[in-house]
Formats: sequence, structure tokens, C-alpha cells
Amino acid sequence: MLTKRIIPCLDVKDGVVVKGIKFLNHKKVGSIIDMAKKYSDEGADELVFYDISASTKDALVSKKWVEEIARNINIPFCVAGGINDVENARLILNSGADKVSVNSPAIENPLLIQDLAKTFGSQCVTVGIDSMEIDGKYFIYSKTGDIKTRTNTKILTKDWIKKIQVLGAGEIVLNCMNQDGVKNGYDINQLNYLKSSIKVPLIASGGAGSKIDFYDVFCKTNISGALAASVFHSNDIPIKDLKNYLIKRNINIRK
Amino acid sequence: MSVGIVDCGGANLNSIKYALRRINVDAEVSSSIDVLKTKDAFILPGVGSAGVVMSYLKNKKLDEFICNTNKLTLGICIGMHVLFDYSEEDNTKCLGLIKGEIKKFKSDSKPIPQMGWNYVDGIDEFTSISNYYYFANSYYSRNTKECFGTSSYINKITSIVRKNNYIGCQFHPEKSSTAGELFLKYFINQI
Repeated sequence: MLTKRIIPCLDVKDGVVVKGIKFLNHKKVGSIIDMAKKYSDEGADELVFYDISASTKDALVSKKWVEEIARNINIPFCVAGGINDVENARLILNSGADKVSVNSPAIENPLLIQDLAKTFGSQCVTVGIDSMEIDGKYFIYSKTGDIKTRTNTKILTKDWIKKIQVLGAGEIVLNCMNQDGVKNGYDINQLNYLKSSIKVPLIASGGAGSKIDFYDVFCKTNISGALAASVFHSNDIPIKDLKNYLIKRNINIRK
Repeated sequence: MSVGIVDCGGANLNSIKYALRRINVDAEVSSSIDVLKTKDAFILPGVGSAGVVMSYLKNKKLDEFICNTNKLTLGICIGMHVLFDYSEEDNTKCLGLIKGEIKKFKSDSKPIPQMGWNYVDGIDEFTSISNYYYFANSYYSRNTKECFGTSSYINKITSIVRKNNYIGCQFHPEKSSTAGELFLKYFINQI
């Protein structure tokens, strides 16, 4: 049986790993390669690298660190940030990334998703969504890496999810902004609200604070994986402990 | 000893090179028959789509080259798919080295593609490599005759095939941590 994935996310800004609260006030937490290698060795199922400086500065993620990650780790990884055409994506994938994740550029030009899927296959194309609840409705936000550029697109998350799957998205990372960085648990209501519209693997992001939060999200939703950053970076939840904890509670996890 | 990684026009070529390097095996990525001729074994990497990979192989005359080699050849994911007669992906006629068709997953309840770590139950000579491996696929094989490993996703699927010098794996050994390294070593040891 396919196992549920535990995915550390490394937010990268100006070449180092950072983490902020609710997308703001980013603080340096470590070097990219050291942290990638650490997680890979500890049994992470996959890694995500979000270059949060990229989409706000219109700069493509540097190819060099992608190649360095590929040389040093032997698990899949996804690169996100500023990828806005097929050639950018090709550069990242040829450097050794397994998937590219698009967010803001796909909102500006949804056909980007189709171009990427046709060229590289849907399994290479992740769409990241920053979704926020406002008065009982979920909306997608763009350019969330910086408070000055962050915009409510007024597009309903449910509508966007339907559209991107038609265009060829192979996976969705749903970042629930109301929960991000506050360690109150994953947004189970939102994940369940959206699940009937999602036919591709769904990764939950935002809100992990304890091992129980991971157990809850795997028990109460049908997500394929859970993504987190700060609880792993701070070593509050070592990945090995988390996996043993979930295995003991009959969650289908790779040892 | 050196492995030729056949450039099929897709991406993920370096991942395989680095994975082989980590187990101290020399490898070179190339689409040139003159370069590939000098190698001791081949890997057909697996990112892209069956249609794109096949048309690239044909343009470079690599389809004939692969079909005529008697050196050990490992197809990974799409690289495995193209070893078969036909793939539903892009309605593609493939190399025809192994009988059978590659089909698209169909399910109302399970996400497609299959993405993540699944258990491979190795058969016969492949029993010892039974383990969790990383998969990323929307298409699959249900070959039974040349099947040397199975996994379960929506259906029972063929995760390892072998016919003569051709081996195919549906998963990505280059991304499957220590299990993947052991699988690649197993392949290398047979050269």
C-alpha cells in the first residue's frame, strides 16, 4: 500500500533556510544543504524547497543549489519559487529536482500548468495554493512571500482547484494561511471541505505543532502527505520519533 | 566499468548519475550512439511522457540501438513503459521488447498519479530487494509473465519486469533512499 508522506518544507530566502510566523518576519534557521541532508538521513519521505524571495523579485531560483541538493540527497524533492515558463522548469528539473511547484505565476497565467504538464508529465507539476478563510469562504492569495506584495486574488479556492486539475496539475500543496506557523493543528475543516473536488494527491500545509496534529490530519482527512517546517527545524518533533509514533497508531508510514 | 544513461529528452538525468556516483559507479548521460556504444550497461531514465520519450529515441535512432543491444538495460518508470508494445499515454507504439500494454490508472477514490512510497514485493531473483520505493506514475503495467515484483495501488501492478537483458522498474530507485541504492547495486552487480 502507498504510505502517507512526511514532508519537511524548507523556505529559502536569499540562499538560506528561513521561517516566519504567518508568512512574515522571516528568521534564518540554517544552511540549505545541511538541513536537506539531515532530513533525508532521518527518513523524510520528500523535501520541498520554496524560494520565497523568488516570485516577489521576479528572479529564477539559482540552479546551483538545486544541483547541490540532488548530489547530496537520495529522496525526491520539489522546487518552488518564480518558475514562470517551461524553460525555467526544465533548468530546475535537469539540475536534479523531481518536481516543480508553481503558485503565483500560475495564477497570472494558468496555461503555464498545461505547458508544464504536457512537456514533463503531470507527475512533475505541483501547484501550491495559499488559501485563506474570509467570512466563511476560502480565497487564494498570490505573492505571499512578502507582506507588501501579498494579494487576495478574490478567486475561490474551490474554483481554482477544479481549474488546475483540468490543466494538468499532478499534485496540490494546500497551504492554509490561517493556520500557518501558529501550531494549532492542520486545517481539517478546510481539507475536508475541498476533498470532494480533488482527484490528485493532496498535501496539507500549515499548522503542525505536535505529533497529534499529524495523527489527526491523517485520521480525519484523506490527504496523501503532511508538510511542515518549524516543528522540524526546531527539532521539537524529530522525524524518526514522529514516524514511530504514527506507525504505532496504525497510520501507514514508511519506516 | 561505466553506465550509459540514455538521454531521452526528458529531465531527471542527473539524479540517476548522482545516485550511481554515490555507489561509486561511473556514468555518463548521452544521446550519441558512438558514446553509448562504449558503455557496459544502459539506463533509460523515467521522466516525461511515453510519446515524448519515444519520438526522441526515434529521432536519434536510439530505438534500434536499444532493441539491438545485448547489454544489461534498465528502464525506470517511463523508461520501463517504453520497453513494452504500447502505452495508452499519448497513444504510443513503444519498443516492443516486452509483450503487453501500459494502461492509465482509473479510480474514483484514489488520487492519480500514484505519488509516494509503496511496497515492492520482489519475486524469485528479486525477492531480496523487497522494500519501500518511491513511485510517481499515472500509468502502469499488469504484465504477469515477465513480472518479478508487484505492488498494490488501485490494482495489483507490476513494479519489476525482466526479460533477457532488459529490466524495468516502475519506481525510481535513484530517489528511493538506501533501498534504491541496494536495488541499483543489485543491477550493477549483474553487469
